[in-house]
Amino acid sequence: MKVYSPTSLQEAYEILASTEAKILAGGTDLMVLWNSNVAKLPQVVVDIWRMKMLAQIDDEGEVLRIGARCTYTQIINNPLTKNFAPALVDAARTIGAVQIQNRGTIGGNVVNASPAGDSLPVLVAFDAKVEIGSLRGVRTVALEQFYTGYRKTVLAADEMVTAILLPKQREDEVSKFYKIGTRAAQAISKVVMAARAVLQGGLIAAVGIGVGSVAPTVIRAKATEGVMLGRQIDDELVTAARRTMMNEVKPITDVRSTEFYRRTVSGNLVAKFLREIV
Amino acid sequence: MSVGTSVTRRDAQSKVTGQALYVDDYRLPNMWYGATVRSTVPHARIKNIHYSPNFDWSQVVICDYRDIPGRNLVALIYDDQPLLAESIVRHVGEPIVLVAAPSKELARKATRYVTIEYEELPAVLTIEESLARKQKLFGEDNIFKSYTITRGNVDEALASADIVVEGTYRVGHQEQLYIEPNGMIATVQADGTLLVQGSLQCPYYVHRALKELFELEDDKVVVIQNTTGGGFGGKEEFPSVVAGHAALLARKAGRPVKLVYDRSEDFIASTKRHPAIIRHRTGLTRDGRLIAAEIDLTFDGGAYCTLSPVVLSRGVIHALGPYNCPNVRISGRVVATNTPPNGAFRGFGVPQAAFAAEMQMERIAQVAGFSPVELRRKNMLREGDTTVTGQILNYSVGTAQVLDAAIEHSDYLNKLQIYRNQTGSKRRGIGLSLYYHGSGFTGSGEEKIKGRAAVEFDKEARIRILTGSTEIGQGTRTIFPQIVAEELGIDLAQIDFEESNTAKVPDSGPTVASRTCMVVGSVVQKAAAALKAELIRRIALSCSLPEEGVSYKRGIFYHQDQPLMTLTEAAARFCQHSPIRTEARYSSPPGIKWDDASYTGDAYPVYAYAADVVEVEVDMDTYEVKLISVLTVSDVGKAINPRLAEGQIEGGTVQALGYGLYEEVFWKDGHMLNTRLTNYIIPTALDIPDLETILIENPYPYGPFGAKGIGELPMDGGAPAAVAAIANATGAFITQLPATPERILEALCQSKHLSDSL
Repeated sequence: MKVYSPTSLQEAYEILASTEAKILAGGTDLMVLWNSNVAKLPQVVVDIWRMKMLAQIDDEGEVLRIGARCTYTQIINNPLTKNFAPALVDAARTIGAVQIQNRGTIGGNVVNASPAGDSLPVLVAFDAKVEIGSLRGVRTVALEQFYTGYRKTVLAADEMVTAILLPKQREDEVSKFYKIGTRAAQAISKVVMAARAVLQGGLIAAVGIGVGSVAPTVIRAKATEGVMLGRQIDDELVTAARRTMMNEVKPITDVRSTEFYRRTVSGNLVAKFLREIV
Repeated sequence: MSVGTSVTRRDAQSKVTGQALYVDDYRLPNMWYGATVRSTVPHARIKNIHYSPNFDWSQVVICDYRDIPGRNLVALIYDDQPLLAESIVRHVGEPIVLVAAPSKELARKATRYVTIEYEELPAVLTIEESLARKQKLFGEDNIFKSYTITRGNVDEALASADIVVEGTYRVGHQEQLYIEPNGMIATVQADGTLLVQGSLQCPYYVHRALKELFELEDDKVVVIQNTTGGGFGGKEEFPSVVAGHAALLARKAGRPVKLVYDRSEDFIASTKRHPAIIRHRTGLTRDGRLIAAEIDLTFDGGAYCTLSPVVLSRGVIHALGPYNCPNVRISGRVVATNTPPNGAFRGFGVPQAAFAAEMQMERIAQVAGFSPVELRRKNMLREGDTTVTGQILNYSVGTAQVLDAAIEHSDYLNKLQIYRNQTGSKRRGIGLSLYYHGSGFTGSGEEKIKGRAAVEFDKEARIRILTGSTEIGQGTRTIFPQIVAEELGIDLAQIDFEESNTAKVPDSGPTVASRTCMVVGSVVQKAAAALKAELIRRIALSCSLPEEGVSYKRGIFYHQDQPLMTLTEAAARFCQHSPIRTEARYSSPPGIKWDDASYTGDAYPVYAYAADVVEVEVDMDTYEVKLISVLTVSDVGKAINPRLAEGQIEGGTVQALGYGLYEEVFWKDGHMLNTRLTNYIIPTALDIPDLETILIENPYPYGPFGAKGIGELPMDGGAPAAVAAIANATGAFITQLPATPERILEALCQSKHLSDSL
């Protein structure tokens, strides 16, 4: 195995353009796969851990620019994320345990493309974009469009994710993050949901809901959002939103949970969200 | 005073500083590494074994069953389990071919170039399929062993009962999950002695297995236990397999071979707790007295018998729980399936039986409107009562004490009322269990073994304890010195503990069955007493005094009231040339009788008793269960080392709560699906609240200083108490473990509780 440790973007892009390589950040997903022989060891690894320019969180006005190599611990402690992305902070706190949070990165969570990635519902609910770089230049893709199927993304072999562009939570906006894992820590989600809403005059003026672990990719619950938008929160809406969500998710039964449980709890969590923000 | 104090465990420092050496820490000169090729199908005829020409086989050593000089079997109860499969494989993960290579990586790589060609046979994967004899796996009826216990006339009693309550309960596999996976290093010494060291509970079990496999004399096999990272029964019989494999490779390679499993391989290959289906039919009088109990238990033994008959026997004896009932019929059987063999695991058949028994008590209380406490109080065994096997309990029956203390300390009755009929999104519940566990081997087991232990006294006046009982985290190496120090009235620092090596220590019987402290501890105490007597004899002889006139107290020998000499002086006088060694054997307490044919009599010399109260909070949006408090009250006879006793109980309680709420093995076509710690879910520190552990000392007259066995006891009661608490919180009565959020949701839907709100 050949391991590169680039310190500049140009260097990283050149390696990726010239050889088929696997990008390694914190290693919290890859090391497990390699150790357990689930994934084959790659011939070439690009270790981006030392690329400090990817480990910054910047205020860019409407959005936060979160470098791909930012760890969950950084996200938990950074004043910008604390102020403008509380749901992401909540998500980061639930990932693995402290050791994982110290190594795991937001870019890794996005690129690993697990439907159970815990930061993803937050990113999708808040209309985040993924910044992608290569020798060919920089492009941005909405997170919703980033995934093309189960563990599949739009990334080309010579590209890497450099940052997440996350719109700030508005002052009049509320958000909630719910992770339902198999236990209180060191758990992979069975259902994970992030939701945000703006209430104006008792009506839901804006809403975004992301759900994970209930479909081949993280999903944006557009039908459920549609039911909620412009409505006031009452029992009738709670029932309608719950029903819509239960139909909108496409879960499966696996070693973590059942299809029925995931569907029911997805519905319950929307109801809980409405109860909590009313 | 030594007994009854919480002295620091002797292995604490070496373990917490990382100095303790586990088998994988050893690297012997010229050592190679082993790997195992396993069956990938549940039931098949092996047609061909193909070694790929794309691998250079000259750099490794390969073994199959033809390399075994003796009989190809893992010697246990039945001679049915081969060490390596010959023509048939009976479960996924069954070992077929072994490889040794200069590196672990190369050994593992080689296994990927071995292809087994199978002719698949129909597989029996569940208890139901086995009972239906879908395919004949063992004998005519797929039953490894069955037992029936009969008392009174259960049919008449059921017919005349005012109330009859039925229930069916199911439990699945539980993984052992000791921290250290299985591992062994085997070496053939120049004189032909086979030396095996590794992670194990019972050196003499491994010793016996190796003698049979390699047709060696007693003294040509030496088994040494290295520091062992947990056992739970998983290292009772299974290490014989690992040791046999390592030894085969070492013989053929002509060099030491280390065989250590990683976590996934340990999950796939090693023994787990038996799944079971248990049916209860209980008859009661109008005022809540049990008058009839018909209990039917079926355990899934897996592909080979292992220790299943003994596990079943303990399950059958404990099936009613610690209660009186004059008319009883308990029928139990353990069946063969094409799943990996299940084996010894802390609790040994009782956790399954106790879950069913206590849930049945809860169901009776619910159906007939009794208080769960009053129902238990009215029926529980007390001193002088008779068990299902006809055993009269003459001493140390702690049921009332543990139940009363548990109720009082937990405010159970009050909370039980308050928590009924809640409507919020988070609901509290409280649950109770009362249970018991027979200490030591079942029936005539201890009499057959007659475990031995010895002490040696040297010229420095140091005392060395020699026993085959091992340290597997439970504290053997700390409490035995405490027992000897107490018996001799000397300082703990004077006492050493011989390594667990079959060339050095006598066979004390296996380190299992909650017998180490109570049974072997009493033998160690007897050996120490024998040393005292031997020294008195020698002093009397050398001083020309009558033996009766010489006494001993706290390190000093007296003639009448005059000090004669100290222990140190005695050592200098009598041990200049060789140490004095005294040995003792176990003998049953007076009056113990057991009849194997009718399965009646004194099943155990004594029982330990406990009550648990678990309080939970159930999230009605997610059906997640949060443990709020866990109280365990245990009648331990006497706590030799209270902190270690509490540690045993806390660890066992967490394992029991894991069994009750989290731990589940998922299967597909005979393959275990969740072979990693990410998907086999055990509770973490965040899932478990502070545990409250109360010890009650109700001495057992024949235990060391009154001690009873408690190693397994805490494994039995956590699951039913937690599940009862869920029922109290939500109305969902779960009858299948683990009570996961998914099962709670299903139970709520069945009780129509939820369907209205959807």
